Amino acid sequence: MTRNDKTPTVQTTGHEWDGIEELNNPLPRWWLWVFYATIVWGIWYTIAYPAWPMISGATAGYLGFSTRGDVATDIAAAEEARSGLMEKLAAVDLTQLPQDPDLQAFAVSAGASVFRANCAQCHGAGAAGNMSGGFPNLLDDDWLWGGSITDVAATVTNGVRNDSSPDARWSQMPAFGEMLEPADIDAVVNHVLAISGQEHDAALAEKGAQVFADNCTGCHGEDGHGMREVGAPNLTDAVWLYGGTPEKLKETVTYARFGIMPAWSEQFRPANGLSQAEINAVAAYVHGLGGGE
Amino acid sequence: MWDWIKIAVFGVVALFAAIAANWARDLAYQVHALIVMAVAAGLFIWSVRRTGEPAAPRLDEYNDGVIRAGAIATTFWGLAGFLVGVIIALQLAFPQLNLDVLQGYGNFGRLRPLHTSAVIFAFGGNALIMSTFYIVQRTSAARLWGGNLGWFVFWGYQLFIVLAATGYLLGETQGKEYAEPEWYVDIWLTVVWVAFLLVTLGTIIKRKEPHIYVANWFLLSFIVTVAMLHLVNNLSVPVSIWGSKSVQLFGGVQDAMTQWWYGHNAVGFFLTAGFLGMMYYFVPKQAGRPVYSYKLSIIHFWALIFLYIWAGPHHLHYTALPDWASTLGMVFSVILWMPSWGGMINGLMTLSGAWDKIRTDPIMRMMVISLGFYGMSTFEGPMMSIRAVNSLSHYTDWTIGHVHSGALGWNGMITFSALYFLVPRLWHRERLHSLSAVSWHFWLATIGIVLYAASMWVTGIMEGLMWREVDANGFLVNSFADTVAAKFPMYVVRALGGGMYLTGAIIMAWNLWMTAFGKVRVAAVPTPAE
Repeated sequence: MTRNDKTPTVQTTGHEWDGIEELNNPLPRWWLWVFYATIVWGIWYTIAYPAWPMISGATAGYLGFSTRGDVATDIAAAEEARSGLMEKLAAVDLTQLPQDPDLQAFAVSAGASVFRANCAQCHGAGAAGNMSGGFPNLLDDDWLWGGSITDVAATVTNGVRNDSSPDARWSQMPAFGEMLEPADIDAVVNHVLAISGQEHDAALAEKGAQVFADNCTGCHGEDGHGMREVGAPNLTDAVWLYGGTPEKLKETVTYARFGIMPAWSEQFRPANGLSQAEINAVAAYVHGLGGGE
Repeated sequence: MWDWIKIAVFGVVALFAAIAANWARDLAYQVHALIVMAVAAGLFIWSVRRTGEPAAPRLDEYNDGVIRAGAIATTFWGLAGFLVGVIIALQLAFPQLNLDVLQGYGNFGRLRPLHTSAVIFAFGGNALIMSTFYIVQRTSAARLWGGNLGWFVFWGYQLFIVLAATGYLLGETQGKEYAEPEWYVDIWLTVVWVAFLLVTLGTIIKRKEPHIYVANWFLLSFIVTVAMLHLVNNLSVPVSIWGSKSVQLFGGVQDAMTQWWYGHNAVGFFLTAGFLGMMYYFVPKQAGRPVYSYKLSIIHFWALIFLYIWAGPHHLHYTALPDWASTLGMVFSVILWMPSWGGMINGLMTLSGAWDKIRTDPIMRMMVISLGFYGMSTFEGPMMSIRAVNSLSHYTDWTIGHVHSGALGWNGMITFSALYFLVPRLWHRERLHSLSAVSWHFWLATIGIVLYAASMWVTGIMEGLMWREVDANGFLVNSFADTVAAKFPMYVVRALGGGMYLTGAIIMAWNLWMTAFGKVRVAAVPTPAE
């Protein structure tokens, strides 16, 4: 209301449109001066930094700044801080890593970062795996292909069931839907339910024991404890790769599974693979998650 | 004679569309051809039935029919756009909502451009066309130029919206943000837009006032610049005349720069200059006060349109774009700060002498909060364009919060107040059906925006910091999934804010409907302040 008393002293421009008039107030001083200040700052900034395009190239600015130069400096500083540790990690005998606590601590923190960028997509940010895709849990002590630190490093290097590394871990479960009668599949599923300590149909399970003995023991062993040489899982525990319900087991027996892991070594993935130091680091990290042997 | 030409054109278009539907190389193109065929065939029959009917336009009055249609379309598309926004906000918070049955049509990736285009181009665009046609007639004291051309602009624009929206759902896109529609939809929009420019210019040219009002400067600059942006950014060669796919004329970083020159000025001229044009008419009308400063309006208009056009490169900091271009984009953005604020000052100071209305007039309150959010986001924008700030804010939800405080706060609120201003006048009602419903709308929308913007600031800054967090050895601490998981609670808050905003808009739609088509309710008139 107070401003109302002042307005009559300001004239309008004399124009009028549909009842709208315009006052002839001057530009607010603070507005004008801040506007000028940003212009002055802008002129200085374009002199200090790369800004004005010329016939070839552009003015470089007297501060010598460039975004690529900036990031190169940051990377050089980070590498300087790690001086020699990455080289040492690349050459280390992994079984001897615990003898060098400093290097081990460095390896675990480097490995965690490698894991978050490359492995978390399938195995989960917490390394707990994902049953819907058959991605194994890396926190437990149930290992398909071996849980020593060198086994883990070998799996990371060559991967599982891929065409890129000749040394990829390899095995293939047959799709028993093409070989067994549906009744036999139901029976063997009940046998697996029985040996893993789950609710089952005793009569079917007994029949299934024979089916199991005839078809499955070659890889999963007589007692179903699995076989690491061929990555055949232990069927007697509560740890399941694709799920241990009757439906999931039936699906697995009928159609089989063929889980693939890439060969991560840069020799097989030239554009975005892992260096030896990074493989050793991620092996140390995964080995240290709780289930390492 | 004119009738026969029209009938012939509709017939040929319907026939051509039928052939196109038959030979279509992809589903989106086929559906679009069928839509065009149906529209052209319908118009053909309609024209045949009306030939020879004497047309008696009343040239002495303002053409308000097209504006009434615009008010309905603005409200309808607003509700649709806000609803899709709430759905995709929930899909981000709860990914299970990307239901299996929706895959390929209604998952987040398809609905996101549907939301952005629905709110910017369908809701915002109809608001701008409606306001332009209203303002240009009133401030020129002349009937809309071009006879039924105004109706062509309205219906042509609705057809563009339908083609764009169905295209998104069917997966037709040229992969450019806010410019997703393919070549034939772009050509159609160009035709409609040129007609829009002609109608507006024609009305200004035959004006009875000696001067052109400031709102019309902004509206004209919006129409002309958007035409230029649209043409350059959509330069492409169709792979086949019977298919939707086209190849962009520019490649690599040149394409990126063209795209963000377009993208930033879509914000600058569509959502800023155009809506400032609305503000310069509706605020002084609603306040019943003269515009604060004529001088300020001239200076900030020319400064704004000169500076905005250079600011695009700030969308491409730390990319393949050369450093010099990125510096210039940033410098022009920072200098743009005061010219942007000129509009806020002129709007808010127009209220001097009418501040008491904020207490008694919920429409005025909406205009004030709109100008407040305008000022806030035009400060935040220059700040985020600074390279060092951008290195934290870019690719995070901070950007999403920034655009929504501008879109929901500034564009949404000024449009709502324009609708509240226009609907009683357009339908010749004494006043709105319910002022207390306007208050409800105001508070739901305002609290909704605050929840939205605050939650996105929090997640944006949090995820920016999490992405760059390294341990003592310089190794990354967080996986990307960690940052996504950390944002969950704020995503729920965001969806809640969006839901409140949608609820407010539903109340508005009811209130406008009752005003236009229902009985005016008797309500107590608020007492003015002492």
